Amino acid sequence: MSEPVVETQELAVRFGGVLAVDNVNFTLRERELRCLIGPNGAGKSTFFKSITGQIRGANLGGRVLIRGQDVSGWSTHKIVRLGIGIKTQVPSVMNGLTVAENLWLSANRTSGYDGADAVVEEILTDLELGGIARRLVGELAHGQRQLVEIGTVLANKPWLVLLDEPAAGLTNVETERLIAIIKRINQDATMIVVDHDMHFVRALDSLITVFHQGAILIEGRAEKVLSDPNVREVYLGSRA
Amino acid sequence: MTGAGFGIGRVRWNWLVAAAVLLAALPLVYETYTPTLLAIWALFALSLALMWGYAGILSFGHAAYFGLGAYAYAIASFNVGESTVPLLLAIIVPAVVAAIIGALMFYGRISDVYLGVMTLVVTLILNRFMNATAGDAYRIGNARLGGFNGIPAFPTLNVPGDPSMQVFGTAYYFVVIVCLIGAYLICRWILASSFGRILIGIRENELRMELLGYNVPAYKTAIFTVSGAMAGLAGCLFANWAEIVTPSVFSLGQTAEVLIWVIVGGLGTLIGPIIAAVVLGMLKLALGTQTLIDNSLVLGAILILVVLLIPRGFAPTFAAWRRRLAQVQVHRRQARGTRRRRVALQEANQ
Repeated sequence: MSEPVVETQELAVRFGGVLAVDNVNFTLRERELRCLIGPNGAGKSTFFKSITGQIRGANLGGRVLIRGQDVSGWSTHKIVRLGIGIKTQVPSVMNGLTVAENLWLSANRTSGYDGADAVVEEILTDLELGGIARRLVGELAHGQRQLVEIGTVLANKPWLVLLDEPAAGLTNVETERLIAIIKRINQDATMIVVDHDMHFVRALDSLITVFHQGAILIEGRAEKVLSDPNVREVYLGSRA
Repeated sequence: MTGAGFGIGRVRWNWLVAAAVLLAALPLVYETYTPTLLAIWALFALSLALMWGYAGILSFGHAAYFGLGAYAYAIASFNVGESTVPLLLAIIVPAVVAAIIGALMFYGRISDVYLGVMTLVVTLILNRFMNATAGDAYRIGNARLGGFNGIPAFPTLNVPGDPSMQVFGTAYYFVVIVCLIGAYLICRWILASSFGRILIGIRENELRMELLGYNVPAYKTAIFTVSGAMAGLAGCLFANWAEIVTPSVFSLGQTAEVLIWVIVGGLGTLIGPIIAAVVLGMLKLALGTQTLIDNSLVLGAILILVVLLIPRGFAPTFAAWRRRLAQVQVHRRQARGTRRRRVALQEANQ
């Protein structure tokens, strides 16, 4: 079995009296695609933010290791510079800039001023965004904006890709396309995908970690997880 | 080409040369005292336009760096005697102060209104402090700070290395114009560079830029420093023009005026705030000669009207009109071509 690339040890996040992430021990291995699911308020996004440095300081306990390096307390940009691409829950894009400019800013950091244009062309072709390259991102539909954000993540050439609710607000056609894109990214990169759309998660055919009340409830393949009575209770509110 | 131009465009050298020729010819037909002051104000406006318009950092206290530049020059020139080192200090001192304050604010994650308040407070503290420096105790080397009365009669700009060759009148006007054009070109160079594009990204979405791996506080501190240095140079040139430095360089009026110039000229442009500083500066000087209406009231009214009627400011609105006009002309040409082809087709069929 390969070495873990992301590991949390007793990771805890506390907001006042609320324990949003409760001593989570999590391991992700090279080239793995892992889905984090759970109902609203289960702690998925908080867990996601705590491993990407968006939550740190006194609220955070435990350790986060990325390729064996303890990154607890690191700032987000420093963690990203290890080779990590992050897509946030609410699309975080530059609305006042064009699609190409959004991608360029991402490519510029890893490929430099002169090499960025080539990477932008590559991403535009790869994600079929060429037709809207010169349009302002703020004028695009939600699905297109999601795709642009994924494009900015990829233009950074990450080896670890973290996507928070990438399928939120997408049409069925867009979701199908996104599934194909994620599977393609996973050929080269390790991935964590946070979502609660069960159809989407099942289609990714990956190992699933279920969060409930800030802790890991169960881990396993889709069939095992979705047939578990505890998971059904968490999702449906009763032992269906 | 991917079309990632960030709305900066190329320097229009023909326009720039034409403007430089006009400015160079101005002393032939007009006195240079007032145009020198207007060019200094334009430089001051440019310093804020770069930082606010492109990096999204709104400082309510940009006069602090203008004033520090003026005081640094006056104090240093009294002590050094020759103007080269004081001129450099007038850029370095505000830059260092801006770097320290900027680092404290940006690494401390202070933004939006809190940043505005903090920058304003710095200016007010400097204003209060300088007003309270009357008396012999307040001196730096040979320079007495002079409290409310400020520092008069310090050695003004000279030819580098020769204190006996003073630069004043038309020659000083040319120095200021060269500084303004040089600063404009430096701003354009910054904006066309990777650094400038990253600043635009930060203005648009700080979180995303952080998530792309950029050290946002470092970039913001850097542009705050550059802008502070540029404001310091404007302050130094102002001190040499006025031949006296008083605490009014740190006043609320000074800090408000530069904000108005940038808003009226248009955020996200360099030329707009330069023109606004010149036009509104001329208006201010004209109003200063009468006693019927208060100067500040007129400037305030102009600001309100601009915010209500053309919220993007003059330069971006003018650019949008030009684009629309060009589109209309293209459509008309296309319609004329289609009509001509139709007529030709009908004639051929007949």
